Parts: sequence; C-alpha cells; structure tokens
Amino acid sequence: MDIAVFQKKKQRMTLFMVILIGLTLLSARMTDFDFLHSVQTLPKALSWMASNLVVTEQALTKMPSILDKLIETIFLSITATTTASVLALLLALMGSHTTKINSFFGSLSRIIASVYRNIPIVAWALILLLSFGQSALTGYFALFLATFGFLTRAFIETIDETSSSSVEALRATGATYFQVVAKAVIPECSPQIISWVLFMIETNIRSSTLVGILTGTGIGFAFDLYYKSMNYHVVCLITISIVVVVIGIELLSNYVRRVIL
Amino acid sequence: MALLQVQNLSKRYDKEKRVLSDINLEVRKGEFVSIIGPSGAGKSTFLRCINRMIDTSEGEIHFDDVDVMALSKRELRKHRTKIGMIFQHYNLVSRLTVIENVLHGRFGYKSTWQGILGRFTEEEKLQAFNLLKKLGMEEHAYKRCDQLSGGQKQRVGIARALIQSPKLLLCDEPIASLDPNASKVIMDHLQTISKELDITCIVNLHQVDVAKKYSDRIIGLNSGRVVYDGTSTELTSSAIHTIYGSEAGELIME
Amino acid sequence: MTLAKSDLLFDLKRNHAGKIKIKAWNKSQVVMAGTFVMLLLLTVYGFLTFDYKGISMIEATAATLHNVKLMFLQPVLSHFSLAEAMYQLSLTMGLAFLSTILGALLSVVIALFAAKNLAPKAVSNAIIVMVAFIRAVPTVLWVLIFAIAAGLGSEAAIIGMVFHTIAFLVKAYAESFEELDEGNLEALRASGASWWHIVIHAVLPSTVTSLLSWTFLRFETNFTVAVAMGAAAGAGGIGFELFMASGFYFDLREVGFITYAILLVAIGLELLSTQLKTRYLKSSAAN
Repeated sequence: MDIAVFQKKKQRMTLFMVILIGLTLLSARMTDFDFLHSVQTLPKALSWMASNLVVTEQALTKMPSILDKLIETIFLSITATTTASVLALLLALMGSHTTKINSFFGSLSRIIASVYRNIPIVAWALILLLSFGQSALTGYFALFLATFGFLTRAFIETIDETSSSSVEALRATGATYFQVVAKAVIPECSPQIISWVLFMIETNIRSSTLVGILTGTGIGFAFDLYYKSMNYHVVCLITISIVVVVIGIELLSNYVRRVIL
Repeated sequence: MALLQVQNLSKRYDKEKRVLSDINLEVRKGEFVSIIGPSGAGKSTFLRCINRMIDTSEGEIHFDDVDVMALSKRELRKHRTKIGMIFQHYNLVSRLTVIENVLHGRFGYKSTWQGILGRFTEEEKLQAFNLLKKLGMEEHAYKRCDQLSGGQKQRVGIARALIQSPKLLLCDEPIASLDPNASKVIMDHLQTISKELDITCIVNLHQVDVAKKYSDRIIGLNSGRVVYDGTSTELTSSAIHTIYGSEAGELIME
Repeated sequence: MTLAKSDLLFDLKRNHAGKIKIKAWNKSQVVMAGTFVMLLLLTVYGFLTFDYKGISMIEATAATLHNVKLMFLQPVLSHFSLAEAMYQLSLTMGLAFLSTILGALLSVVIALFAAKNLAPKAVSNAIIVMVAFIRAVPTVLWVLIFAIAAGLGSEAAIIGMVFHTIAFLVKAYAESFEELDEGNLEALRASGASWWHIVIHAVLPSTVTSLLSWTFLRFETNFTVAVAMGAAAGAGGIGFELFMASGFYFDLREVGFITYAILLVAIGLELLSTQLKTRYLKSSAAN
C-alpha cells in the first residue's frame, strides 16, 4: 500500500519535472535564448558594468536636473497612490464580504478591481499618451488606474481578515452601516491600509520609471535620454539615485510599519 | 406574558440541510436560560435568529410584543438596541480604548452622524464608567482593548451590551475561550445581571456543569431540534445522553 | 455639581473643555496620524507643482474616453493575424516562464544562504542587502543596462528579469525557510546530520508548497513585466505589438484587441495563483 502511494507520488513528481523541462526548452527555443551564450555574456556584462558604470565628476554636474525629474517622479507616485487609495477603499467596502451592501455590488466591485489590476500599466500609458501628451498627467493617470485595482484587492482582504468580528458586534447593537464602517472597519484596518499605501508608493516609483521611458516624463525620460546618447556615467548616476530613493522609502515605511502594526 | 416567543422556527442554508427545525419556546422576563448541545447543533444560529443577524427561513419570533420577522430596516435597528449580544471572541474593536468600546453600545440610539463623530453625552460617558466600575474594570478605562486579558475583554463586552439598556442578553459561548477563574467571574456577573437588573439572559454553553449551576432553565439542542426543555435540577443523565448522543454523554457524565 | 462628584467616584480624565475624554493617544496612533497628514500635504503639494504643460483637462479626458471606447468596444486586429497574435502572446509567456524558472532555481540556492536559521549571520545579512539593492532598481533599467553589453533583445530581457526575479524570490524563500520549526532543525543537527542533509531532507520538503506558490506568484508578475519589456526595452512579444499599434500605427482598435488578450491571460494566471495561495500560503503575499 505505502509503496504504491509512494510510487504514484514519485511518478507525478517525474511528470511535473518533465513538463517543466519541456516548457523551459520550448520557451528558450521560442525566445531564441541560448543558455551557454548567456552564461558567457554575463561575466562580460558585469565587468563592463563595473568599469563603465561609474559616476564621474562631469556626470555629477547633471545632478540638479536629475533631482528635478526625480522629485517629479516621487510626487507622481505619491499623488497617484493616495488618490487611488481613496477610490480603492470605497470599492473595497462594497466588495468585502464583511461590509458589502448586497452580493451584486460585491461581485461587481471585485470584477472591476480584477480588470483594472490586470490591464498592464504599459497599455494605460500608451493610450493616455495620445491625449495627455508628455504632461505629468499621463503618468499620474496610468499609475492611478493600475494602483487602484491592486489596492482594492488588498483592502478587501484586509477588511475581511481584520474587522469581521467587531463589525458583527456593532451591527448587533443596532448601529447603522456608516457607523459600523467609521467605528469598527476604519480603526481596525487603518494600520494595514497605511502599510499597503506605503508599499504601493515604493512600487510606483519603479513603475513610473517604466512609464516615464514610454511617455517621456519624469526620471524615466532622463534615463532614456542619457541611455540613448550613450552617456553611461549619467545613466549610472540616475540608477543610483533611484535606488537611494526606493530604499529610503522602504526603510521609512518599515519604521512606520513597526510602530503601527 | 412571555418576553420572547418562538414558534415553528426553522432555518436552512441550502435545500437539503436544516440547521434549525421547528423550534417552539417561550422565555419569561428575568429568566436565565442556558442552551446546551454538541457543536453544530445550531446554538449560535438560534441566537442570531433572535436579533435577526441571520434571517430565518420559516416560523415566527415575537419579542416584547413585536413581530421580529415583520420589522423594517429602521425598526430592526430599534429592535437590536433592546437586545445585547456577547460573543465568544469578545468582538471588540481592539485598537480603540475600553471606554470607546463600551460607548459603541449606544450607536443604536444615535443618528449616523452623531455615531461617526463620536458625540456621546456626558451622562452616557458617566454611565459607561459606572458600568465598568460595577464590573471591576474602571482602572482600565483608557487602555487599548488589545492590552487586556480574555476575562477583561469579556467584561468590556458585557458593559457594551448593558449600556444599550437591553431587555435581553444573548450570550454566544461567553466563556469558551476563558480559563476557569475568568469563566466564574463572567458567569457570576451574568447571574447578577439577570437577578438584580431583571434582564433575561440566553446563554449558549459547552459545559453542562456550568449550565446546571447557573441557570433557571436549560434547553438541549441536537441537530437543530429542541430535545430537552426543563429546569436544571431535572436535567438527568439520560437527558444529557439524548442531547449529546450516547458516547459523548458518557464522557460528560464522567 | 454632580460632575465634580463623579470625578471623585471614577478615575476619569477631562479635556480642556471639561468634557470627559474617551480617547487615549499612543505612539502608534500618533505615527499613523502623522503619516496620514504627511501624505495628504505631499499629495496637495504634488498637484500644485506638476508640470501640466498647458493640457486642457476636459479636452484630454474626453479624448481619452473616446479612445478607450474605441479600444474596448471595437477591438479588431488589422496589422497581423490572430495566429500571429497568439504566437506573440506565447512568446511573452515564454519570456516570463524562462526568467521565472531560471530565477527560481538560482534563488533556492541563494535563499539557503540568506535564511537566518540556516546560514551565518554575516553571509545572510550581506545577501539581504545585495538583494534589496537589486530589487530597488526597476526591472526595465536592469534590462536596458544588460542590453548595452548583450544587445537589445530577448537575451538582455531575460537576464534582466532573472535578476529582478532573484531579488524578489530570495527574500520570499528565505522568509519561508525562517518559518521552519527550530526544534526540528535542532533535532536533526543533534543527530549529526550534515548541513546538506538537513536542507534536502527537512528544509526543502517542508517548504516546497510555499516555494511553489511564491514562484507562481512571481510568474504572474513576470508576465506583466514581460509585456512591459516588450514595449519599453525591445524584448519582442505581445508588448512590442502593443507599442507598435499605439505609438506607430495609432490603431486603437488593435490596441484594444491586444489589451483584451493580455487581460485574459493575466486574469487566468491570477485565478490560478489565488487558488494556490489560499491553499498553500498562510502569510499574505504582499511584502
């Protein structure tokens, strides 16, 4: 008996492995990916990076203009995240099992969230670029739409996990819907909500770099500009400044999380 | 005149399975009633049908001369203010202070905005302190609820229910998560509430000995049916066997 | 003076207006309120200082809505066939799959040295710092940087995506390893098992479900990343077609079709991943 079960498990394992290896080879073939060539390229690339990606004094003179773009990007991701979180919270209240008004709106808001989360930010950026041009609003709306879908799902899970018991108690006292939301859901969930918002701000700085490359705004535009003119010292400077900002925000939000959670 | 009348109450979640079937009972004012029975017998569902946290499938419930099934949304709020509820997991808003949680019991009497802005009168606040003092909790009034022990949390839960000025307390396994000492404190408080304030208590319990010690009357539920309804002294070992099924009955009787 | 009497009876606090206080402030609430106010101020300041380039909000929004309507209500392919679209879509999935699986294999090994209960503290800390650095650089920058040496194309994209995948998975895997019961490890160590024995017979078998869920979650992310790399870093696939349809042909109906195709795959992956997560992953998948 035991041996039969064991063998079956082993067979399934082997099948799983074969499928994985098959898919890997297929993918490599489709994408023209040559393992050996890549392994050879990697050291070359890394040594090239080590010798060329250095910040020179001349690159540092570009710092003020880089800083300008960087600050624009930071504010872009903050505004997009905070405004999206307000809408996401409203939708999450409708979509959560604990606080939904009825199951129709519940499913509707879950579907809306899922659709917005899964339309790639690239698509939004390209569409918005057509009418908003190279203004900050292109980046803002692209980040907003993607963030709002993501946060709605996160908030729905938070509400269901943390506040269902106190919501039941308040409903039993005869409290109205909005009293329950204001006095049970919000106090119980606000630490998690703030934590998600901070996480999303950090993520959005990276995303807005991508959006910037596509739409010619913010720090992404600066990167693209110096990348295409092969001024790799400035490219390096920009990369490092993004890293500093992202890690700075990560440390700050870790601190906030430690205190509030 | 009975405070609570339940007639032919049934509840089903899907077509096949009935959680409660054909329950008939009356509860007088000031009575202390325990409901016992194995897990899944429908005890929690029954309690929640009384304040319509769960809608029933068939039957009638009359509380304080009001037909509970016929209530509109607004009337239902009013109905719920007259019924306090106490939970196994206390169900407090853990990040708020004890006194804030107690005052949450007043929401049923407030307009939406008064509730959201936390506009409580000085009398209400004093009443809250008074209740906490009676329950031996006044020194914790400004603590956050997540800093309390289980027994203390349950006392906050009781204070929240009492500040509603209820006629009935529904207690869903109030001592199931507590140690014996804290359990005794809570049960003693519930007994005092029923005797001195003349508030009816309906308590779901796991422990037969606790039920026998405190209640005027015991109701035994099995598979959603009332299989015993009588005084605690009349609860014989054979009755316990019918409630819990024979094997579990042995264990309970030791 | 009933109120004064009550002050003696109870231990209550009053605010400056003489009303009884019901709130108590602590550090956590102060920090939360502070964060909230800060974010509010930064948001307002951000909106005031953005470079709007004189765009008319109403006109641009109306135009966008018109475009979105074209996209989503009349999706059609015009510059390439359905078969071609399917091929490009699977190419993007191939990119995502390859970078996920290569990243996962390398991550398992690296994560063993990053878990605090399996590796010396100095090694673990060094890896965690390095991984945090790699993660802080947006994937698209890694791809473009590798493209300088390897040339724009799928190879640079895969290497760049593998880099970022490793940075994500090492953290997730290491945390899974750290959740292991210390008692189990101690028992094995006491029985004289070698480090590799412990890893192969205790650590990996008991965390394999959680590792797989994290990996699948990353595959889901990598699909979106692969679309983006096609559009922004010359990695080809459906992302490149999206970029061409929108930026080159200005064909919104085709953009709509491509978006629907991507959406379908992404939602399919998400459903699968949610299933896996609820079944195997206890902690939230966020951080």
